[in-house]
Parts: sequence; C-alpha cells; structure tokens
Amino acid sequence: MAFLIDREIAERVRELDLSFNEYGLDKYGISQKYLSIFHTILGRAYRHYFRVECTGLANVPAQGRALLIGNHSGGLPLDAGMVLASMLLDHEPPRHAHSMVEYFAQHWPFVSQFFNRIGQFTGLPEHAERFLREDRLVVVFPEGARGTGKLYKDKYQLVRFGTGFVRLAMRTQSPIVPFAFIGGEEAIPTMFHMTRLAKMIGAPYIPVPWQILPVPLPVKCTIHYGAPLFFEGDGAESDEEIEKHVEEVKDAIRGLISKGLEMRR
Amino acid sequence: MKVVITGITATLGRMLAERLLTKGHQVLGIDRRPWPGAPQGVQMFKADIRKRPAENVLRMHRPDALIHMATVTHFTTRFEERYKINLIGTRKILEECAEHEVGQVIFIGRHTVYGASADSALYHTEDDPPLAGATFPELADMSAADFYASSALWRWPQIDTAVLRLVYTLGPSRRGTLANFLGGGGRVATVLGFDPLFHLMHERDAAEAIIMALESKLRGVFNVAGPDPVPLSLLCKVTGVHAVALPEPIYPFMLGHFGFPKLPIGIVNHVKYPIVVDDTAFKTATGFEPSCDAIQTMEAFRWL
Repeated sequence: MAFLIDREIAERVRELDLSFNEYGLDKYGISQKYLSIFHTILGRAYRHYFRVECTGLANVPAQGRALLIGNHSGGLPLDAGMVLASMLLDHEPPRHAHSMVEYFAQHWPFVSQFFNRIGQFTGLPEHAERFLREDRLVVVFPEGARGTGKLYKDKYQLVRFGTGFVRLAMRTQSPIVPFAFIGGEEAIPTMFHMTRLAKMIGAPYIPVPWQILPVPLPVKCTIHYGAPLFFEGDGAESDEEIEKHVEEVKDAIRGLISKGLEMRR
Repeated sequence: MKVVITGITATLGRMLAERLLTKGHQVLGIDRRPWPGAPQGVQMFKADIRKRPAENVLRMHRPDALIHMATVTHFTTRFEERYKINLIGTRKILEECAEHEVGQVIFIGRHTVYGASADSALYHTEDDPPLAGATFPELADMSAADFYASSALWRWPQIDTAVLRLVYTLGPSRRGTLANFLGGGGRVATVLGFDPLFHLMHERDAAEAIIMALESKLRGVFNVAGPDPVPLSLLCKVTGVHAVALPEPIYPFMLGHFGFPKLPIGIVNHVKYPIVVDDTAFKTATGFEPSCDAIQTMEAFRWL
C-alpha cells in the first residue's frame, strides 16, 4: 500500500495534533496509515482535478475547538472531502477535521471500516460534542442529506438548517466558522434521484447527474472561510433565540456564497 | 476490612483475593467450585449464592463489604441456568447484604451490556441504556442483573453500592470472555469489511481498579477501562491469533465448523461494531490509572 502514500502528505499527517500509539492509531481508532492513503488520493483530486483554492483559511483557528459550518451540495459529499483536504494540505499547521457522516455508512462493509480509520464518524450529537470538548475541528452541514439532495435547478440556495449545531456551539463554547463551497453544484449537477434503488441499498438517495454516472466533473472549486461567529449562552435558550443565531450563520454563508460566485465570474 | 468475594475462584477473583490480603484485608470467599491451594489468609466457603449456606456466611461473619462476581457469561452454560445464577443470584445476595447490614457492595458487571450497534456513539457513558439484549439475547440476563444491582442505590441507600462495568480483561492467565474468543478454536472469525475497536485492560489492572473502588467507598454506576481501545485486527496481530475475515452472509454458518468456535449468532454485531466506554467518571472518582497500555496487555496474553 506504500505506493499510495505521498511522502509530503504522510509528513503532514505526522504533524497532526493527534496522539498515535506505536502502531499509528489513536484512541478513536484513527490510523496514520489510512489517513495518509486517504489524503494522498484526496490531495490529488484537491490539487489537480478540482484545483481547489481557499480564501480566509486563517479564520480557522490554528489550535482549539471550532465548528465549521457550510453549504452542502453536489449529490456526493465531495465538499466535505475537500474541506478535510484543505485543513490538512493548506491550513497551517495541518489540522484534522471530523465530519459528521450519514447513518447508513456505518452499515456498509469496508465503507464503515474506512471511515472509522480516518476519523469520520456517524453524525451523532454525542460525537460532535466529544470532539469539540477535546479541542478538535468538527465539520457540519446543517442541511444534511436535504442539502446534497438538492437538484441543479436549486443550486446555491440554502435549504432548511437544523438548529442543533448552534446549541452545540453554545454549550461547548466553540466558535462557528462559516464557509461556502463553490463548484460542487456544477461537478454533479443532479437532474433527478433514483429513489427506489436508494431504498434498496439503504442510502438516502442516488443522484443522477447530466453525465449519468455519479462521477463528478472536473470543475474548479473554491472554499471561502468567513470570520468566526461566537454566540454567548449555554445552549438551553428558547427555539426563537436559537433560530436567530441560525439565521446569522445562514446569512454569513449566503454572503460567502455570493462572494464566491462573484469571484468566479 | 472484612471482605466477602462471591465467585472467588475465577481468575479475577483469585487475583483480587491475593491483592486484598497483601493490603491487610480479611478475605472470605464463596464459590461452588473449590480453590485448591488457596492462600492461607483466605477463608473459603463452598456454597451456592442462591442457597442458605451462602447467607450463613454473611450472618455469622458480618463482613464490611461484599464483592459480587459470581456471574457467568459462558455460552456453554444453559440459558435458564445463567438466568438463575446471574439475575436470581444477584437479587438474593443483595437482599441478604441489606438484611445482614453489609455496608458496601461492589457488583462486577461487564461493558458488553451496552451492546454493539451501528448507530450508537463510539464512547458509551454510564447514562447510556444497556441494549445488549436487543441483538444478543444471551446477554439479556447480565444486563438485567446489572440494572438490578444499580437499583440497590435507591432500594437500600444505607449501602454504598458500586456497579462496575469492566471492559474485557486480558493477561497471562489466558482466561476470560475475550481470551476464550481469541483462543477457543485456534482461529478467530471476523466479518469482512468491518474492524471494530475492542476495549480491554490487563487483568492485574482490573483487580487494582476493584480495590480502589472498595477503598474509596465508591457509590454509583461506573465504566471501568484502562488503556485506549484497539481495532480487532491489531488485537489479533499482537496476540498472534489467526484471523479469518468471512463475508457476513456466510458468517453464521461457519460458526462451529472449519475450526471456528461455536458461538451464538448475536456475536456478529460484536465483531462488526465497537463497544467502547468512557471511564472518565471512574478515574476522577478513584484516581485509578492503568499500569499497562493496550499493547502491553495484548503482549502479556500473546500465544507463544
């Protein structure tokens, strides 16, 4: 498997703020080897296929906890992958980010094993809270599968946000770093979903894009990180109050999306 | 302190008895099985915890504390029998402790009561419900016994009751649930495409943890672990066990054949998904720190 590991990337994985034992595993079962392979493959897509460029990387803290909140798009969670890659490849120092994975992935052989070894766990509130309290980065797409399930005609429109992430940020005193991912909607422009087949394999949906196969097109992508938002409180506030904060985050992301679309023109 | 240990002849019980003696405690043991060559200081009583002679020990000797570890999880024991020992036995012994004014009770439970499932959080806290029975009926009696023991906290508030949910113990004795799984049939069957974390601790550390719970008069329900968990693949590699990954659909049919040990079908979830516990509460309450990490523990067990 060594040929799959890029030396520069393995070096950055070693620099991560995770404590690995002599077998290269941490207490969550995150594996140095798996991370290196994952980021080598992801890094090629990040640098050469999607040619990702980031702005505002310094808004993500160099250490300590933070919630990265962004728009979800593109049928497949390639935006999550690119955010993870940007944190490892372009952020100084390199940081490991935990994204919150859909439930169904845990049931699939190999997929669940791989996700667990690269530190991507089921999107349970318990997981997010634990990682934040350990001063790690957590990536959340509050649109969830509603977001990746967006059709092309609704591109870059934010659908309903869950509110749990704001309560979580307040309870754990974590800053929220909003971000916009641009390009995902064009990489997999979903025309419609195969609902019945999806049900059979336990996935929330299967996107059918213009290119028919759910393989992303080589669209140039950009990620725009915005200034961190910090909400005072303990997370036990009323729904109205939380909704206000959610709207603030949504507005920040909308602003970043229009900035990103503007820059692309 | 005068301490009664039920199920003393088990590996952990013996280890515990020896350590308690060196610390100057008085040890009384209750077990159906004999302990030939028991250390001088241990007063042995051959009795079944469900029967009167066991109660007599409490009545006559008035111990300060009781450590209840007379539970069985061997799948070779019939279900009805396990149910009687684990649940009825636990109930009887706790009621007798209340009647004979035993001041402190420690119930030795297992972390497997949480059950293994795809949708549960990786680290279980003590607040999580014990769901093992849902997918693994053979563990239902242990979960019920665990819950019954924790009900002693409100039933008999005058007793300092501690329920300890211990992770798998492993060590040179090569005995115990995990040891049986690893060493039972020469081969270990894993499920292809799954490599869950296993949580284990050195058997010596487990004995030490129980003593710390005893000496700090612990009350409540606590997960007890030591080192960080390790993936099953690493567990097999370090312990020198030959692991064979079987596709899930054929897994049930292979158990008990081709050199694979015969195990209940519920085991599938336990080799697919992790059972990992958060032991922060226990460490904070007792100051316990394991002396061996996971690697040292596995090496201590290793089949040479």
